Amino acid sequence: MPAQVSSDPNIAARQRRLRLLARADRATLEAALAALPSPPAWRRLKQPETGLAMVRARAGGAGQRFNLGEMTLSRCVVALQDGVMGVGYVQGRDQRRAELVAVFDALSQDTTEAGRIEQLLIAPVERRLAEARQQRAAKVAATKVDFFTLVRGED
Amino acid sequence: MYVAVKGGEAAIGNAHQLLAEDRRGNPDVPELSVAQIREQMSYGVDRVMTEGSVYDPDLAALALKQARGDQVEAIFLLRAYRTTLPRLAVTRPIDTAAMQVSRRISSCFKDMPGGQLLGPTFDYTHRLLDFALEAEGAVPQAEGKGSLSDSLPQVVDLLNAEGLIERELPDAEDAPVGDLTREPLMFPAGRDVRLQNLARADEGYLLALGYSTQRGYAKSHPFVGEIRSGAVAVEIDIPELGFAVDIGDITVTECQMINQFKGSKTEAPKFTRGYGLAFGFAERKAMAMSLVDRALRAEELGEDITAPAQDAEFVLYHADNVEASGFVQHLKLPHHVDFQAELTLVRTMRAEIATAQAESEAELAEAAQ
Repeated sequence: MPAQVSSDPNIAARQRRLRLLARADRATLEAALAALPSPPAWRRLKQPETGLAMVRARAGGAGQRFNLGEMTLSRCVVALQDGVMGVGYVQGRDQRRAELVAVFDALSQDTTEAGRIEQLLIAPVERRLAEARQQRAAKVAATKVDFFTLVRGED
Repeated sequence: MYVAVKGGEAAIGNAHQLLAEDRRGNPDVPELSVAQIREQMSYGVDRVMTEGSVYDPDLAALALKQARGDQVEAIFLLRAYRTTLPRLAVTRPIDTAAMQVSRRISSCFKDMPGGQLLGPTFDYTHRLLDFALEAEGAVPQAEGKGSLSDSLPQVVDLLNAEGLIERELPDAEDAPVGDLTREPLMFPAGRDVRLQNLARADEGYLLALGYSTQRGYAKSHPFVGEIRSGAVAVEIDIPELGFAVDIGDITVTECQMINQFKGSKTEAPKFTRGYGLAFGFAERKAMAMSLVDRALRAEELGEDITAPAQDAEFVLYHADNVEASGFVQHLKLPHHVDFQAELTLVRTMRAEIATAQAESEAELAEAAQ
């Protein structure tokens, strides 16, 4: 769950989309691209690139910040023919994923297109993630310890 | 005189071919894929990520394959690869309270909200070799029952109404955060730098140091406040957008250790804290780290520094297994000229001693006459 959700509904909607797109695998993104009624054209404002993000944490979970270690990250910035910009930031080294996320981010700036992409891609990804999360949580919940106290007969 | 020595190239080339052949092992046995290592040797992968200091399970699995399972060699490979990549971002501090937990236990608070969740633990297994694993079997399925809350509070903070446990307070947002990948280790080292050093530190080394604190080398009486493992979201500020975006999940293990503290002139008796955090499922590492973190707070808490685990220079300078392995293993490199010089020196010293002895014997003989 994102800790920093914007109070601006447009920004919050874009945060949600990008969070879900970043978790979609490449095959899902490619399939959604192929399923669009007209294939979009775009150019790269920033070439796809792989690098590192330094992961910060806090002492004791809530205290002084420190650098835990890095993670791999790929990013890309694109523009559609009408100049609308989209960004893609994904964990890992798959630059194609970063580019496709950027394309869907750009396409979703148009309200009509956003509705189509929501149905085609975003909502199904959200559903799958929620299902996976729920299944995992159930398996973990099954390992919960139920303490019981033995009543002893001394007094 | 300078003597150029050449002639190792062919030997090195052939040695690398032999390494490649031996790495593959018996060709009648199917080759391991990187995906198999990632999925089925995942704790080994986690250790390589933590000490290699790069979260990327595929890269860590590849490093383990290349290193023939040698963890320290794989960690070295990952550290070397990391230097080829640019730093694109620094994340917002991860929120471990919002973790999607796979395991969460406390040895202090039996009835904590959310309960004790054992998760996929080795604990309570009998440590008997399971020969059933020699055969390829059906895919195991774990039982699911119930659900979990989206957010489980840090029990150490939640059950601290009396304030008997020290509170961890955030630093100022604009305060600098030390980074050992950018600046060399300097002393006195702040807790930020110490924690980064310990997070990258060799697990065996931390385990031994942590163990030493339990055996009396530093007065510590630790309790596990809470251990949790699971997925946390990673958020970064996107410069092109001007707001933060959650770009994925990483798995981490966290240990909140609580230690007895008798108090000092300025502080009332209370419990103090040590913290451990590592990539992946790394419970032993996180626990050992939290013990050593606490021991290294001796100076800040006004305790006597009497034990190795409390000595920041000793602990932090020797914690990194890539550095340690490099310095120990550099002894294999040709030291032919150094050794020749030492040989000459030892011969000269012996000759001098022999001469001095002969002279004093001659003097004694003269005196006796």
